[in-house]
Amino acid sequence: MVTYLIRRVAWLIPVLFVVSVITFGLMHAVPGGPWSGERNVSAGVQQNINKKFRLDLPIQDQYIAWVGDLLHGDLGPTFKYRDRSVNDVVREGFPVTLQLGLMAFIVAVALGIPLGIIAALGHNRWPDYLATAISLIGIATPSFVLAIILVVVFSVWLRWLPGVGEGWKGPNTWVLPVLALSGYQIAQIARYTRASMLEVTRKDYVRTAQSKGLGQRAVVVRHMVRNALIPVVTILGPILAFLVTGSFIIEYFFGVPGIGRYYVVGIGQRDYGLIMAMTVLYAFAVAFLNVVVDVLYAYIDPRIRYN
Amino acid sequence: MATTAGVLDRTLTARRSSGIWRDAFGRLLRNRLAVIGGIWVIFLILIAIFGPAIAPWHYDQKDNVAFNLAHGRPAGPFTIPNHPLGLDNYGLDIFSKLLDGAQISMSVAFVAQAVVLLIGIPIGALAGWYGGRVDTYLMRFTDVMYAFPDLLLIILLSVAFRDTDFGRALNGLFLVFVAIGLTSWVTVARLVRGQLLSLREMEFVEAARAVGVSGRKIMTKHLLPNAIGPVTVAVTLGIPTAILFEATLAYLGVGVQPPRASWGKMIAEGVNFIRSAPYLTYLPGLMIASALISFTFLGDGLRDALDPKLKGKQ
Amino acid sequence: MEEAVSLELTPDEAARITREQREDKAAKSKNLLEVKNLSTHFFTPDGVVHAVDDVTFELGYGETLGLVGESGCGKSVTALSLTRLVPNPPGRIVSGSVVFDGVDLLKLSDEGMRKLRGKEIGFIFQDPLTSLNPTLTIGYQIAESIRQHMGLSKKAAYDRVVGLLDKVGIPRARDRLGDYPHQFSGGMRQRVMIAIALSCDPKLILADEPTTALDVTIQAQILELISVLSDEFGTAVLLITHDLGIAAGMCDRVNVMYAGRIVETGGVDVIFERPRMPYAWGLLDSLPRLDDVRSDRLRTIEGLPPLLINVPDACRFNPRCAYARDECRDHEPGLTLREEPGHYARCWATDKGGWIP
Repeated sequence: MVTYLIRRVAWLIPVLFVVSVITFGLMHAVPGGPWSGERNVSAGVQQNINKKFRLDLPIQDQYIAWVGDLLHGDLGPTFKYRDRSVNDVVREGFPVTLQLGLMAFIVAVALGIPLGIIAALGHNRWPDYLATAISLIGIATPSFVLAIILVVVFSVWLRWLPGVGEGWKGPNTWVLPVLALSGYQIAQIARYTRASMLEVTRKDYVRTAQSKGLGQRAVVVRHMVRNALIPVVTILGPILAFLVTGSFIIEYFFGVPGIGRYYVVGIGQRDYGLIMAMTVLYAFAVAFLNVVVDVLYAYIDPRIRYN
Repeated sequence: MATTAGVLDRTLTARRSSGIWRDAFGRLLRNRLAVIGGIWVIFLILIAIFGPAIAPWHYDQKDNVAFNLAHGRPAGPFTIPNHPLGLDNYGLDIFSKLLDGAQISMSVAFVAQAVVLLIGIPIGALAGWYGGRVDTYLMRFTDVMYAFPDLLLIILLSVAFRDTDFGRALNGLFLVFVAIGLTSWVTVARLVRGQLLSLREMEFVEAARAVGVSGRKIMTKHLLPNAIGPVTVAVTLGIPTAILFEATLAYLGVGVQPPRASWGKMIAEGVNFIRSAPYLTYLPGLMIASALISFTFLGDGLRDALDPKLKGKQ
Repeated sequence: MEEAVSLELTPDEAARITREQREDKAAKSKNLLEVKNLSTHFFTPDGVVHAVDDVTFELGYGETLGLVGESGCGKSVTALSLTRLVPNPPGRIVSGSVVFDGVDLLKLSDEGMRKLRGKEIGFIFQDPLTSLNPTLTIGYQIAESIRQHMGLSKKAAYDRVVGLLDKVGIPRARDRLGDYPHQFSGGMRQRVMIAIALSCDPKLILADEPTTALDVTIQAQILELISVLSDEFGTAVLLITHDLGIAAGMCDRVNVMYAGRIVETGGVDVIFERPRMPYAWGLLDSLPRLDDVRSDRLRTIEGLPPLLINVPDACRFNPRCAYARDECRDHEPGLTLREEPGHYARCWATDKGGWIP
């Protein structure tokens, strides 16, 4: 078990290395790309930019310096904001983004898994159809479209909840962004759980449990759900990745003051320093969360634990 | 074997099998959802191909006369003659734009998957066929690529090449195809590799080799055909993701560039008019939703149909 | 139902008493299990499959009965039908009665049936790897049954589990309570399954191909174990197998099944020495023998078992039978009594007035 853990954590290093190389390479080395000559700036300004972003160094040195900074926790300067570095931006926005992501994750799991179980147990009857219909809406709607629909319904028509641009002030403002972000994941988790439960229903050990004369509830919970959830945990990694990377779209849409909003604005404004730093940051977050999921997976599946 | 599935399988022994593909096709046709999805997919493909021919207006063509009628504002479905689904805020015909959007989304779907196949199959085949060190290195490389979050890489690629010639080709579409394809090939590669690894050990391959059949021939005639099934499923189920990516890119402003507009772009622009002209948003939204659902149904149906074990629902 | 035995007795004493009770009943020639006209059909898109068709047999207390036949003949489905574990859909018990210790199981409520499963009737399945839950310890899985039916405290239940594991021959039982199925070998896992089946001291054990998934060397051990334990506890065993050697070694009586029907039944000696049905001859003939000088090819019965949809009223074996005549195709033979008491066979040719003496 411990070796498994160590291996998983050690894996982070090459991954982040490759991420940083690709990010840096794409942004700096593409002919005609972002850093290759700013347009419409005077020589003086250009010199300042060159110094600030170390563009006058040979490219390998630029990379090494950049990575060095990253390892020290310095995410670098931004292009557009004179008085703030990426670190400042992240420090302000990170708690908000984290909260949004966590809540969306909890909602996705808390709604998705029961939905899938209900669908599987009521296979080919109305619970199945209802749950499947709900999942369908979830996967057929891009997150920003879902966000639009939610805002139109709950904010414009019903006026129950505040809409776009209210920021992040209290539970009222949390609901719609969290729902919009988690919608797709709820559907994915539900579909996957349902498929897994249906698979488990055909397994021999379920029949053994029945032959022992156990009640339906015991069979379902102790034997079916336990085993059905194991494969579901394997998709939690991608789910988390989706949540992390999808969060910036939602933040941008709703005006939630997290790091994502800056990221999106940075894309539009061509703030390359910000884009590079945040890409690496997001990638790191995803990689780290995947390790956590792997550990969880090892914990709940005894077959992995003892190998 | 007295497993649940086994009992049923053996109770039906001696049934004449009509071939794997016929059986699978039969199962697919019995799946109503898959059939509905398939029909709609075919419909979307058709309008993507013939869209420009049947569109009453060019997607970029501003109808000044009608626009003046609408006082320079968007107009809803059935309110203006000659424009069945209305006008958008630029005076462009919505119906024609939707058709163009279909072409964009379908081309993203298929071309991106073509890129996926072009990269994924060779890599998977090499890893699976040679095994050993080649396999290990390729798989490490694949794992690392897999760890890079898709959307981030796509955005990165789009931003990096945005202002280059390559990035401007086809109004930015070409870049979108390649970017999506470059990030999504991992699943196919793994599938192909898995198939090859397991089949390589089977006796009929040893037999073929013993008789002197060349490696490439074994691969193309015996092993790859077996992989077609799962790969088709993966590609079909990968299309909704590709469409979603494209829509997201459009929303973020990095993707298809004007004057062409994908459904995602139409939605992104339509949000601004959500109260006065909601149709600007929900019409393309419905189109996206229909595409996503139909490909998903079809993909699920294909997967169930190709599964040799009998599923619970008959 | 028999009187509950006090738990203050040692396990061996308790076993002795229950066995005596059961032998007593057997002596009074009451049957533990009486199956009459049992039919189980599977409703598939291709048609209705008559997996088990009008099957009738009895099983006495403490007796070991073999249900022998090739793959697909319906023996497993029969066993599942007895405890109503047939997957539904697509399967359904369409007719018949299964009287167990005086109670018709098919008329019982679901609740009543569940009380019997595991407690009065134990099951040993074929593949112990897939039949055990990989995420629960074996100790838990054995104790589950005990706690469900006997209401023991956790400690008492686990004590009993240790006793059972000892009985089935798993060394260092107490240490292994917390182990998972994948940590055991195939033979050990099957011993665990046997422990589960015996855990509440059932009257009947249904053993569905218990050794087919095991190595040959282990097979003998497991069969021996089942034999010894069923003798010790006075448990009746319905042994399902396609392996004639196993049936010969373990059973008191044998039912031969073919295509969903019982085609011959009788004491084990009679069936093996004087079978009266061409299928049984074919089966015995196909057993390789060391002293067989007739040929160096394995003998098989030509052809395949029939599709069980739309079965006509004819002998089901006739397409493959070397002795078939028109009568065999016109009308299905009934199970008729042969020379020895208790020996029945389903064949026109070997019957009185038939063409094989």
